[in-house]
Amino acid sequence: MKYSMSVSPDFSPKHIAGWYIFNTWLQVQLSHPIHLRLYDNFQVQRDAIEADEIDIIYASPFDAAMLIRNKGFLAIAKPKDKPDETIIATSIDSSIENIESLSSPIKIAKTDDPEVNMIGMIMLEPASLTSENTHSSIVDTQVLVAKQLFQNQADIGFFLKESYDDLSDFIKRQLRILVSSQIHIITHSLLISPRIQALHHNIQTTLLNMQNLPKGQGVLESMNISAWEEQTQEDAEFMIDLMNTLQD
Amino acid sequence: MQDMRSTNVLSPYKEQQISYYDKSARNVLISDQEIPFPEGKLIVSRTNIEGIITHANQSFIEMSAYSEQEIIYAPHYILRHPDMPSAAFKDLWNTIKCKKKWHGYVKNLRKDGAYYWVYATVIPNIRAGQIIGYTSVRRKPSRTKVQECTQLYAQMLKEEQN
Repeated sequence: MKYSMSVSPDFSPKHIAGWYIFNTWLQVQLSHPIHLRLYDNFQVQRDAIEADEIDIIYASPFDAAMLIRNKGFLAIAKPKDKPDETIIATSIDSSIENIESLSSPIKIAKTDDPEVNMIGMIMLEPASLTSENTHSSIVDTQVLVAKQLFQNQADIGFFLKESYDDLSDFIKRQLRILVSSQIHIITHSLLISPRIQALHHNIQTTLLNMQNLPKGQGVLESMNISAWEEQTQEDAEFMIDLMNTLQD
Repeated sequence: MQDMRSTNVLSPYKEQQISYYDKSARNVLISDQEIPFPEGKLIVSRTNIEGIITHANQSFIEMSAYSEQEIIYAPHYILRHPDMPSAAFKDLWNTIKCKKKWHGYVKNLRKDGAYYWVYATVIPNIRAGQIIGYTSVRRKPSRTKVQECTQLYAQMLKEEQN
């Protein structure tokens, strides 16, 4: 049986090749074929998860909740020093000074990333803005979010910080950050399905030692990850509890 | 319980006694100074089932003005401000003990007597069907809601005192 691996659709396009390289490297380490499946958006990936088509997944914290609590996935590792943070930005020419100066009506440019959109809306709460008194424009990529801002088609935009940092200098010069989250404890996680739980120890040991294994450091760099850190099942459960507190 | 000292408290301040559900009481020193909730941050803590703090993140420590050594293993009610009605906390405990999520606007007391408003959410940590503790996450609240709650809580407190 060939294993199937997937990556949360919010990964930076700049590092897409890195995930293919990682897939090849992991196949060699496990001496087992793995097929990498990348999806264009979260909904299509969720359909694949629901159909039990995924064995190994680098999941967003939002999806980790569903994978662990509903599908019995097991936590393996999280990227070291790489928390998921959200940025709210506006056009460099915008008259918006800070979050608390915002008032309805406001148009928000965003992708379909549920985690970024949730944290973004939380950061708008001090201005009493909610999904009911704001308008949203959903686009496919973070570059298109930026474009909506500097073309004055939206007032503010939500970005995953990693994706924002990867935008070109030309684009970033046309934007201004209003607020950046500093939550520190929400991260993506590498999880495996209960179908391959017998491999848990092998995969975890391999990843935690990856930087010391042949070609491991280079593969990590290609994914923009410095190293993997152990994520216990309780670590993952705590993060899910935390995400749960934020969903209202 | 008396852990607040006048030398650590912002002047002017007044002294007030708070009684807790476990029959203990505490003299607190309160000043009228509000500390704004920091942009983009979350205050996170965990307690055991008795409400004793077992984990607190850096934002919690900074906003409470206590040190980590002082806050870990302290009862969570160390943050309770005397302007908060008891009914709010009774509702919180009744809700989370039923394995449900509670949320509300809360005025918290700092070690230096100042206060800060939060929008708090508390959920039970359920493992294998049992509650093993609670996680509380506080975020920056809407000013409109804070103004509404200031009036509401003052009215509730007045009714509790009569």
